[in-house]
Amino acid sequence: MIELANIRKSFRVSRRGAGMKAALGALFRREYETIHALDGVSFRVEDGEMVGYIGPNGAGKSSTIKIMSGILTPDSGECRINGRTPWQQRREHVKEIGVVFGQRSQLWWDVPVIDSFELIRDIYEVEESAYRKNLGRLTEQLELSKILRTPTRQLSLGQRMRCEIAASLLHSPKILFLDEPTIGLDAVSKIAVREFIRRLNREEGATVLLTTHDMQDIEALTERIILIGKGRILLDGPLSALRSRRGSQRTLTVRYAGSLPQPCPGLRVCEKREDRAVLEVDTAALPVSEAIAWLSGRVELNDLSIDSQSIDSLVAELYREYAI
Amino acid sequence: MSARGGSLRRAGKYGSIFRIRFLNGLQYRAAAAAGIVTQFAWGTMEILIFSAFYQGNADSFPMEMAALSSYIWLQQAFLALFMSWFYEGEIFSLISSGNVAYELCRPLDLYSLWFLRSMALRLSRALLRCAPILLAAVLLPAPYGLALPASPAAFGWFLLSMLLAFLLVVSHTMLVYVLCFFTIDYRGVRMVADSLSEFLSGAVIPLPFLPGPLCALAKWLPYASMQNMPFRIYSGDIAGMELQNGLLLQLFWLAIFYLLGRLLLHRALRRAVVQGG
Repeated sequence: MIELANIRKSFRVSRRGAGMKAALGALFRREYETIHALDGVSFRVEDGEMVGYIGPNGAGKSSTIKIMSGILTPDSGECRINGRTPWQQRREHVKEIGVVFGQRSQLWWDVPVIDSFELIRDIYEVEESAYRKNLGRLTEQLELSKILRTPTRQLSLGQRMRCEIAASLLHSPKILFLDEPTIGLDAVSKIAVREFIRRLNREEGATVLLTTHDMQDIEALTERIILIGKGRILLDGPLSALRSRRGSQRTLTVRYAGSLPQPCPGLRVCEKREDRAVLEVDTAALPVSEAIAWLSGRVELNDLSIDSQSIDSLVAELYREYAI
Repeated sequence: MSARGGSLRRAGKYGSIFRIRFLNGLQYRAAAAAGIVTQFAWGTMEILIFSAFYQGNADSFPMEMAALSSYIWLQQAFLALFMSWFYEGEIFSLISSGNVAYELCRPLDLYSLWFLRSMALRLSRALLRCAPILLAAVLLPAPYGLALPASPAAFGWFLLSMLLAFLLVVSHTMLVYVLCFFTIDYRGVRMVADSLSEFLSGAVIPLPFLPGPLCALAKWLPYASMQNMPFRIYSGDIAGMELQNGLLLQLFWLAIFYLLGRLLLHRALRRAVVQGG
């Protein structure tokens, strides 16, 4: 179980203006600004949960992950993971977690992947039989058999990411922190990685905390999301609650012939060109079927599509709403 | 698991880091061959220059020619162990890129990990290079070659002192790595550390050749406990009381560097800003 209570962390960042004058001035007087990366973060994740941790760049996602991994020490607040405080009992703690930083590499650049794996086995003191079993399973599920003997430097990003994930799981951690695991991957690799993470959670009961900017990851994987912005938790709840915020708005995109009259109540024109229009329907006032009937009575409809708001734009809207 | 079993296992994981690093260092054969040739040429050149001075007036020099030659050949043979300006670029880039994050989420002690890495790399390089140079130097005629040690006892003290010097050099590099947590660009720290240690350890010229007051000061500095001590013990240039005090001084500086390195690393990690989000 993961519990964070009122975690705070601030960094001091030096600032100066552009140009020679400011640069010379900074020699004598430095200006620092304190950035509150985390400003009282609290949440709780039960065993076996899969949680999407989202927020814009600089919101504090990575800082949270680093604190939970024992890498950073917060200024104040409490964090207990399986009963331990990560930064105080770092070595015992990290044996039970697996961490993937999508933007960094833990594999040795010049040696075949399998050598890195064996070193990790020794570092975590994994029993030979358990190692064989894990390696076999990971090789099969992540399709690594062809690349295990290749030096890391010659792997593609997608291949490397699969190896990174495998490397983080060799010691069978029950808690997994994934910091942007699909960053930069192509569609096929993304789907493979997602599929694997889902199996890990469903079949092995692993607790997964995932940060990402890819809303498809969130939709495909998580039931619960935690939204962080400017170091504060803004929203913590099931994905369905976020979905229901889409509310009653639907978007109609139509191709038509004729002239579009003034819309009826419940219908709003967002975009209008000669033969194409985008309209917003408030289904509380006007059911979609009636909106279509109303339209087809006035213009000749050639094509029509109905969309609800995508989760991407929903999140963008949330960011706007909270001004983060 | 018993405490004893636990400590055996722990030796195991650090042991395997040492092993992979050591084997990794052994694979660069061309670099080793080139290194041997360079070291041999360099040693020859130094000895030729010094012997020209000795022919002028041998009495005005603080070391005998034979002792000096031994010093130079040992220095060239074991360069990989004692060169204080030799670092692992990977550790600097781990720190400056923030990849150190991964090292920190391992159940390992970071200081021990990096200490072992540095030791393993230096040992593997020295192992590949030392034998041909030592062998060739022994075959050179006196006083230009590597003489036998002053006495069997001197040889024993030489080995002990060499071990201490080696550990001191590694803990010196560790200090440089750790200081890089506190600065954004490591090159400044490194340049100062390199210049001081290179000159004051006797890597450029043996310390007795420095002017009187400087020499008197230098022998108390930690740098004098690096290669200066074992190489001079070997030829009997340092013996008796001076030898005992020298070994104690080596131990003293080793303890200081080691503890300081650990303390600073501890503080660095407490206030770490892991670069790059």
